Amino acid sequence: MPFKIIASQCTGCSACEPECPNVAIAEKAGTFVIDPKKCTECIGHFDEPQCVAVCPVDNTCVIDTSLARYREPARAEDRT
Amino acid sequence: MDAPTQQEASSSAIEIGEITRVLAKQKGCGTSSGSGSGWAGCGSQANRGDLPAETWEKVKNHPCYSEEAHHHYARMHVAVAPACNIKCNYCNRKYDCANESRPGVVSERLTPEQAAKKVAAVASTIPQMTVLGIAGPGDPLANPEKTFKTFELVREAAPDLKLCLSTNGLALPDYVDTITKFNVDHVTITINMIDPVIGAKICPWIFYKHKRYAGIQAAKILTDRQLQGLEMLTARGILCKINSVMIPGINDRHLLEVNKAVKRRGAFLHNIMPLISSPEHGTVFGLNGQRGPTARELKALQDGCEGEMRMMRHCRQCRADAVGLLGEDRRAEFTTEKLMDIDVKYDVESRKVYQAKIEEERAAKSTAERADLTKRADSVSDIKLLVAVATKGAGLINEHFGHAKEFQVYELSSDGAKFVGHRRIDPYCQGGYAEEGSLATVIEAVSDCHAVFIAKIGSRPRTELIKAGVEPVDEYAHEPIDTSTVAWFEAYLDRVSSGAIEHEERGDAAIRPRPLTSAA
Ligand code: SF4
Ligand code: SF4
Ligand code: SF4
Repeated sequence: MPFKIIASQCTGCSACEPECPNVAIAEKAGTFVIDPKKCTECIGHFDEPQCVAVCPVDNTCVIDTSLARYREPARAEDRT
Repeated sequence: MDAPTQQEASSSAIEIGEITRVLAKQKGCGTSSGSGSGWAGCGSQANRGDLPAETWEKVKNHPCYSEEAHHHYARMHVAVAPACNIKCNYCNRKYDCANESRPGVVSERLTPEQAAKKVAAVASTIPQMTVLGIAGPGDPLANPEKTFKTFELVREAAPDLKLCLSTNGLALPDYVDTITKFNVDHVTITINMIDPVIGAKICPWIFYKHKRYAGIQAAKILTDRQLQGLEMLTARGILCKINSVMIPGINDRHLLEVNKAVKRRGAFLHNIMPLISSPEHGTVFGLNGQRGPTARELKALQDGCEGEMRMMRHCRQCRADAVGLLGEDRRAEFTTEKLMDIDVKYDVESRKVYQAKIEEERAAKSTAERADLTKRADSVSDIKLLVAVATKGAGLINEHFGHAKEFQVYELSSDGAKFVGHRRIDPYCQGGYAEEGSLATVIEAVSDCHAVFIAKIGSRPRTELIKAGVEPVDEYAHEPIDTSTVAWFEAYLDRVSSGAIEHEERGDAAIRPRPLTSAA
């Protein structure tokens, strides 16, 4: 299940765009969007979904949390 | 911190030691007692403070690095790289960074191509424009492609401009070679701590090597990378300035340690800036009530660091897209819309001619000052006090009290007049109508000063100032700040010794230092 960016939260800072290993993120009218067909949740590339880890605004890059991988909070800061 | 220790054993450490020695040797200048930088008159080194000759050559026409140069030269920032790789509690990236010399909202984000065109257009319109900086919003090295592409295009379009870069330092060691390759003149690194326990209170997380790190672990990585990057740059002869944000109760005392650490690694200038934290900025600090320092607290810390190295006092914490002379933002004249139609003809030669003229004027001025200063080398007193000056620049007392957007603050002592900071205010007299409330605020902003020097002042503000215990001084209208304030100070000392007046200390100013964000 792919990630998506909640447009109303996105600041358009562009931090996520270059981090995506699948080039799934692009700018669209000032905010950024994820192409669901390209997003692989970073599985096989990195331990954490890169867009989530780099995004300065919490809960902006989100996924269906019913997926096993996200039942635990994905962020180091939430665990500390 | 293993990285810095290893570095110290390497050959680069020798060069750093050399720089430090040269800096130490150059400290203290002729007549005064080795008081270091910032003094308005310092013998033949009048305006260069304690910098070695080769460093002075590099910074003399950089408005951000020399209080004196900023009256003559202009700089420009382009906002091309909004991404960032760390989270700071004093920053709300939704509205761009509120600290680190780049507060406010950046209205325009440019592509590297637009940025290069804008730079060339501005520099051909403003011949005193000498510096192009990339300072965010965000961290330029979190967006290296856009940043270096911009540098590359600017190098082609405007080859005589100096390039500079501001970074949080996390990615810095990876880009030192690229920075060297692009001939970047100056790098500013924001370093708020060298103790990860303190760092964790300032930066909750970092994004590093594809992972998010939090807390002390994150701060440890950050400080190691910053100091390593600093060492690598100074070893390559690239000038490094350190910015630190002073956060009372968190890193205020600690910044003395930071100052020592960065000086040891070859930084040539330290700029300690006050935390800006209003709740409306929506930063973590703003929302949890973390206060910024008072003018006096800031000055005390800057004074405490002064013995260690040159301190920067004239920072206006400008926006990431500021254009023009410090304090006189002209960015509205150069919007992207207007620029893209202009056909730019960039003429390096005519720029050189213009700048040579500026240098002549500066040289003439500093010779005049020098002669004047030797005369009063023998007046000695323990009295030190602050005065505020209303100026439009060029080192003159040439602004009307009611029109001043800021006051420059000088500390007067037997050593002369030393620039120690500035107070931003809203002009009291807007469109000819004096406003009650704002007069009180303006007076509060200078309430720690003994006198205010102005070109002109109305009778009501004059009365109010005197009531507040601040002497309005207008007899030096349109004369140089340094000689006038010193002449006034000598007369003041005479009045004290003759018993005509009694010297009293004044309290802290009722103003929190503010950045240059009001101009919208
Ligand atoms: S989860 Fe990974 S693959 Fe999916 S959009 Fe984010 S960065 Fe790209
Ligand atoms: S990192 Fe977050 S805020 Fe920045 S562009 Fe991507 S989704 Fe938007
Ligand atoms: S480094 Fe600068 S832009 Fe990035 S979060 Fe910190 S203050 Fe904001």
